[in-house]
Amino acid sequence: MITKRIIPCLDVKDGRVVKGVNFLGLSDVSSPVSLAEYYSGCGADELVFYDITASAEGRALFTDILRRVAERVFIPLTVGGGINTVDDFDRVLKCGADKVSVNSGAIRNPGLIPAAAERYGSQCVVISADVKRVDGAFRVFAKGGREDTGMEAISWIRRCVENGAGEVVLNSIDTDGVKRGFDLEMLDAVCRAVSVPVIASGGAGGVQDFVTLFKTLPRVDAGLAASIFHFGEVAIPDLKQTLRENGINVRL
Amino acid sequence: MIAIIDYGVGNLFSLSHSVTAVGAEVAVTGDAEILRRADHILLPGVGAFGDAARKLRETGLDRAVKDAAARGTPVMGICLGMQLLLDVSFEFGEHAGLGLIPGEVRPIAEVIPPDYKIPHIGWNALDLRRPHPIFRDVKPGDCVYFVHSYYGAKCGDSVLATAEYGAPLTAAVARGNVCGCQFHPEKSGDVGLSILKAFCEWDGVDA
Repeated sequence: MITKRIIPCLDVKDGRVVKGVNFLGLSDVSSPVSLAEYYSGCGADELVFYDITASAEGRALFTDILRRVAERVFIPLTVGGGINTVDDFDRVLKCGADKVSVNSGAIRNPGLIPAAAERYGSQCVVISADVKRVDGAFRVFAKGGREDTGMEAISWIRRCVENGAGEVVLNSIDTDGVKRGFDLEMLDAVCRAVSVPVIASGGAGGVQDFVTLFKTLPRVDAGLAASIFHFGEVAIPDLKQTLRENGINVRL
Repeated sequence: MIAIIDYGVGNLFSLSHSVTAVGAEVAVTGDAEILRRADHILLPGVGAFGDAARKLRETGLDRAVKDAAARGTPVMGICLGMQLLLDVSFEFGEHAGLGLIPGEVRPIAEVIPPDYKIPHIGWNALDLRRPHPIFRDVKPGDCVYFVHSYYGAKCGDSVLATAEYGAPLTAAVARGNVCGCQFHPEKSGDVGLSILKAFCEWDGVDA
């Protein structure tokens, strides 16, 4: 039986892993290569790297780090951040990424997802959506959650999937960094709208939040988190053991 | 030397590094002469079957793989590379495969329940159907990483392992010195590396 995936997310800036709480106030955590090896060793099912560097210099540093990770860590690697063109896909795929996640790039350029899916296949293209409630509606935000696009989120995500995105990472800005659980209402709306895998992101504060996530929404395929893993608040082996004890199928 | 066939399909970075990681010497190559000297051959592949089969033919590497298989060189196909080993594919039309292992490539949608997501993506447990040298270090319930929308049907007793996804989907096949994995051993952590290592040390004799 297919297992639910547990995915640590590493935000990388200037070659170091950082994690923003509500996308503001970054704090340095550790080295991407050693963190990736550590997570792979303790049972992470996949790793997501977000390049939050703006400079070209930082970009080069990021691909160098990615290559070093992919040489040693043999689990699926997803890369996001600064993906605006098919050439950007090419750049990270050549360095060992398996999937590429697009966010602001897909908002700016609606042709990006279809072009990338045609060239690399849908399994390679992940739509990562930052979503926040505005006046009771789900809205897509761009630029790392700073800019309201005014677009309704569910129809936007559905359109991305129709255009070729093979997986959805739903990051709720409302619950991100709050540590009181995933945004079940928002996730449920997305799961009802698309038939591709959905990865929950934003809000995990402890082991129980993952149990609640998979128990309440069996259509969710994976749970993603950052700081609770980086700071050791949740150990992945303990998390998976608890999930299994709760009847949720995981890879041990 | 382990040759990884480069025929312009997909990204060979992870596969070459994973084979290096298990201690083997690797050559990523599209040169039929190097394939002739290879001790073992890996046939990777992602994307559409028709496109990949055409590229193999155009480069003459289809012949090189068949010749190597006939000489007794251990050959392993991975993902689309496994599907290419079969007789025929029904992905967007009908395309001939290499015919090294009996079977046909068909959409998983034909056999799985409608509420299952396609592609079959993620970590799934291997259900071993019979012992084989490439699985010497694999334990019942070990998980490997899959990404596919088509599967090997009618592979008969060539099936080494299946993965349960609303139906038992072919996960690995073997016949004589030729074998294939639908999953990605290069992305399947320690279990995947153990399979690659076992393949690199395999003499090509089935069970």
